[in-house]
Amino acid sequence: MDLHPDFTPNPVQAAIAAWRSQPGALLPVLHAVQDSLGYIPRDAIVVMAEALGLTRAEVSGVISFYHHFRTTPPGQHIVEICRAEACQAVGARQLEAHAKSRLGLNYHQTRADGQFSLEPVYCLGNCACGPSIRIGDVVHGRVSEARFDDLLAGLAIQAVELPG
Amino acid sequence: MTVRVFVPNDTTALAMGGDALAQELAAVATQRGLDLELIRNGSRGLCWLEPLVEVETARGRVAYGPVSVADLPALLDAGLLEGATSHPLCQGLTEEIPYLARQHRLTFARIGVIDPLSIEQYCDHQGFRGLERALQMAPAAIVGEIKSSGLRGRGGAAFPTGIKWETVLNADPGQKYIVCNADEGDSGTFADRLVMECDPYMLIEGMVIAGLAVGATRGYIYLRSEYPLARRILDTAIERALAAGYLGDSVLGSGRAFQLEVRLGAGAYICGEETALLESLEGRRGMVRPKPPLPALKGLFGRPTVVNNVLSLAAVPFILDRGAQAYADCGVGRSRGTLPVQLAGNVQRGGLVELAFGITLRELIEDFGGGTLSGRPLRAVQVGGPLGAYLPATQWDTPLDYEAFAAVGAVLGHGGVVLFDDTVDMGEQARFAMEFCAVESCGKCTPCRIGSTRGVEVIDRIRAGDRPEANLSLLNDLSSTMVDGSLCAMGSMTPIPVRSVLQHFSEDLRPTDNRRR
Ligand SMILES: Cc1cc2nc3c(=O)[nH]c(=O)nc-3n(C[C@H](O)[C@H](O)[C@H](O)COP(=O)(O)O)c2cc1C
Ligand code: SF4
Ligand code: FES
Repeated sequence: MDLHPDFTPNPVQAAIAAWRSQPGALLPVLHAVQDSLGYIPRDAIVVMAEALGLTRAEVSGVISFYHHFRTTPPGQHIVEICRAEACQAVGARQLEAHAKSRLGLNYHQTRADGQFSLEPVYCLGNCACGPSIRIGDVVHGRVSEARFDDLLAGLAIQAVELPG
Repeated sequence: MTVRVFVPNDTTALAMGGDALAQELAAVATQRGLDLELIRNGSRGLCWLEPLVEVETARGRVAYGPVSVADLPALLDAGLLEGATSHPLCQGLTEEIPYLARQHRLTFARIGVIDPLSIEQYCDHQGFRGLERALQMAPAAIVGEIKSSGLRGRGGAAFPTGIKWETVLNADPGQKYIVCNADEGDSGTFADRLVMECDPYMLIEGMVIAGLAVGATRGYIYLRSEYPLARRILDTAIERALAAGYLGDSVLGSGRAFQLEVRLGAGAYICGEETALLESLEGRRGMVRPKPPLPALKGLFGRPTVVNNVLSLAAVPFILDRGAQAYADCGVGRSRGTLPVQLAGNVQRGGLVELAFGITLRELIEDFGGGTLSGRPLRAVQVGGPLGAYLPATQWDTPLDYEAFAAVGAVLGHGGVVLFDDTVDMGEQARFAMEFCAVESCGKCTPCRIGSTRGVEVIDRIRAGDRPEANLSLLNDLSSTMVDGSLCAMGSMTPIPVRSVLQHFSEDLRPTDNRRR
């Protein structure tokens, strides 16, 4: 069937349709929903619970267990700072303090202008070249305070250049 | 003649600018009309040299690193494409770089050498030979081979892999599963990631062999969500392996099925614990299950299940191809084969070091690591991730061997070795161990869930000089309660790093103004 080019299937329905016949479908569905919407809206919880034969409390319980899942919209860029030991050994604590003050955010907060969310992360697998941070799906190594500022500046430029 | 140039494509190479470098190299090549073929290989695991550019010459591959975009024009002028050795970034022939030449690479023999997604190159480098041999063998014979290799699980607990497989082989017939634990949560570890990003077919091959050995027809790779690149590479590799007949309803036409898929974790350290992992795969909160029943008997969806770490499964193709003896020939005592160590933290030359068991921690830190990155004196080394001990200088002569580490109250775990220079505040590190446990506890046991939060508070009081003697003894009691009253190693091992600080770095637990700095 050819779909109208403007047709966008509801991402929640699409995720459920793709996974519901598979065992252990809930986590993949949650990932798919968050990947397309940026977070897991409350309405989606109701729909997923019904489709997968779970209670809302069960679905909410799973979401709250995992640090990765969020129920509020993220900023345009999610900045994750590695807090784990190998990065601590090369200055992650100072970088963390710098990032918080530069962004004006604490962990788990999103800026009012919707540009950034700040999250902690415990290891990105780049432990030989820390301190490490992740922005979106990209990991950056040897992030000094100056490099952190450069990376942010780069994002701000992108934000202006990108349409929409 | 076309020159082959390699620019690695693993997380660390990219984190250090690998993509921008590859793009710039391609652009400059067009501009200057250079005849080169750009290959995105895996990483050699020499992380401090990333991005490590290699150029193929008649003498072998010549390495340059770490190369930045700004270095390119001068490097090309100095004869990069001829493999010229005059430029200061030239490291000589890759294979002769001492860090690499001194290793004993069995599992990591191919990483960085080949294009990770090329089945052809994988096969040219001994790939899938173990599988071909396994297809000719009875399941019990495959299990026997793994048993005699002496392979012990590389995920942390060092349980003999062959015995685990034997249990699953002899369990109820019917649906069985192979689950690869790719949660790699320990700070300072990245060997699993390197396998998945740089040699994914090796892991696939190991899992198919495991399936043949125990009669499992379905496998899952439970991958942490912190590894998005590994996800993409694995998905592509699985797709290609399926198309080439190494996976699917009839593996290489044998009539035996093996289906494989990647499932993502969602940022929970405890989901590396095998029963919590299974809960998570089933779509629930990652709550640890009591054992028994063993996952080998009642695992995923209640069925017999092999749960193995990436490195354990990745060792399997070599053992099947070259024979158990070739593997068992390396190592000491009951620690057979090789251990992939990861050097990380405040270290000059961080990276992957695969060695036969038995080298001392000091040789590793000094000869391979080259000391601290900062150039300051080394003060503490944490081995085995967040649940591992901090070792002081007096323990650095301990050989890397499960039993020798246990004897000094430490663990090898997944082989993470993290260096700290003398600016480290070990009181802060002890506090973090408790804090991490509080953040990541699954919450089932009170000593772990509440004890860790109390631990943070008690350490804060000690550091503030609030009745330090009484609080130190409270911290000790609390640690004992966690050791005795926890269902899994999260709660029972968190006291290991804490106590190592109490024992070896107690001066850092005095109130801040009384300390040496
Ligand atoms: C808190 C905790 C975290 C763990 N994390 C991991 C991990 O990230 N990867 C892993 O392979 N094993 C991890 N383990 C060990 C697993 O429970 C299990 O022993 C292992 O997956 C078995 O595979 P192996 O025999 O091949 O080592 C962890 C254990 C605990 C208690
Ligand atoms: S020790 Fe901690 S992580 Fe392990 S089962 Fe108990 S509460 Fe969960
Ligand atoms: S500890 Fe920060 S990347 Fe591993």
